[in-house]
Amino acid sequence: MTVLNAPFSTDVPVPPFRPGPAGTHITIRGLTKYFAGWPLYENFDLDIPKHKITSVFGPNGCGKSTLINMIAGLVPIDAGEILFDGKTLKDTKIGYVFQNYREAMFPWMRTIDNIAYPLKLEGKSKAEVDRRMAELVASFDVKFDLNRYPYELSGGQQQTASIMRALAPNPEVLFLDEPFSALDFEMTLFIREKLQEVFMQTGTTMLLVSHDLEEAVYLADEVLLLTKRPTRVAEILPYGDARPRTTETLSEASFIHAKKRSLEVFQREVRR
Amino acid sequence: MPYLISPVVGADSSTAANTVPAPAPASAAAPAWSAPAPQASSPPKVSAASRLLPFIGPLVLFIVWDIAVRFGFIKAILLPSPSATLVALVTGFAGGTLLLDFGVTFLRTLQAFTVAAVVGVPLGVLLGSNEKAYRSVEFLIDFFRSTPSSALIPLFLLIFGVSDINKVAIAAFGAFLIVIFNSAYGVINARKQRVMAARVMGASRWQIFKDVLIWESLQPTFVGLRSAVSMALVIVIVAEMFIGSESGLGHRIIDAQQVLNVKSMYAAILSAGALGYALNIMFLMAERRIVHWSGR
Repeated sequence: MTVLNAPFSTDVPVPPFRPGPAGTHITIRGLTKYFAGWPLYENFDLDIPKHKITSVFGPNGCGKSTLINMIAGLVPIDAGEILFDGKTLKDTKIGYVFQNYREAMFPWMRTIDNIAYPLKLEGKSKAEVDRRMAELVASFDVKFDLNRYPYELSGGQQQTASIMRALAPNPEVLFLDEPFSALDFEMTLFIREKLQEVFMQTGTTMLLVSHDLEEAVYLADEVLLLTKRPTRVAEILPYGDARPRTTETLSEASFIHAKKRSLEVFQREVRR
Repeated sequence: MPYLISPVVGADSSTAANTVPAPAPASAAAPAWSAPAPQASSPPKVSAASRLLPFIGPLVLFIVWDIAVRFGFIKAILLPSPSATLVALVTGFAGGTLLLDFGVTFLRTLQAFTVAAVVGVPLGVLLGSNEKAYRSVEFLIDFFRSTPSSALIPLFLLIFGVSDINKVAIAAFGAFLIVIFNSAYGVINARKQRVMAARVMGASRWQIFKDVLIWESLQPTFVGLRSAVSMALVIVIVAEMFIGSESGLGHRIIDAQQVLNVKSMYAAILSAGALGYALNIMFLMAERRIVHWSGR
């Protein structure tokens, strides 16, 4: 019995790790995730480029948020490997911005302490924390009082604060799960510009889940389009217009073309 | 308000004459009169009349009570008039023995509550953060929480005898179950996203516990503490009635009833009610202060 079974397990060929192309930051290999007994992701491979913004877009229920949550370690994976520049998540500094800022901030701390919290977790000294906070306040051009409690701020201010919190420890990767969905239009525009500014300053790799195609393309260097479940990569569309992108960008031929192309792929996948 | 009330209250002409000229000078009167107008029209300012609304209920009760006694619908030997009761209440507190009994009951309730809170909150939070541990004792907690604590008085009599400790112990037991239940559920039902936010920032289990879970559980813990202090008061009074006692409001009420000293009995009942009400308000105020984010 044991003789029969033993060779079986050793015979399974271990696929050699295939690194992504040059400039890859996050490599995902053989990712498998079951949801309620059905595969959501099966043997899923993906390379996410470094120093770029990747927007994730796809049909409802295809697991856009689940994908970035698995990469960020918030949702356990059933099988597979996710590496950041060859390192595991444990050795990687990440930042995460939730859609629901109301339940992401800690209302028992003042906003400034919320933003400083990840630095405190790292054991930074008070002087270091203060220096970084001053830096953040300057780069975000904060106009509201950070000594207030989060619930005393407007939605846009809370989301600004929660992006500042995510960026405070200078993360390698910033995850954004529909960060604009709970905001009004004015605040969406404001935070979108802020994100672009921060990206131009720091070049932080960003992974953005969005349900608004225009927004997804506007911010992206690459638009990752997903299929219906079981989810695969439908297409990765590069969009290379120069930054800073502005309202004029929205009416440029290259932008309209990228958006149109994304929409075509999306519709093809929805109808399939 | 003042210019409305002072002429009414100042029934004798001299005070009325004194108050009237004050707003009279023309120069002062003009701004004084223009100011209240926008105040009255601004919506958050509740008018004086609606601020008096909470007093209507008690007032009606006292009037009905007075009528019932005055016209003999209820025999005066069973129910004293409200004024007689209030006099008994005031004289009882001003140097009478009611103050002593009130103090004893208050102290016992406080002792029982303190024991319940000091043991119950940490234990509840700890159990809540380990759901397996909580599930394994959940039935016990729910069962004894559902058992009327007064039904356990004979059991406690066997253990502690007819002592002061007995009354405190059984009240503490009843209050403890409420505290532990609420604190544990506070942690179990903590917003998952805040825990995730802390985890994604690299917080350890211990850091999540002390920086997120404890804070998340504060509000349900306060709900538990508030119900617990009411429960402690109920059990202390019952225990004072039925476990041989020399003092306390429960003892006073049952004693007065035995000798049909109804004035003293109702005064004691009213003061017990006032004590429970005051404790409740105190906790509500403390909660609003400490859990300042609640409901926002």
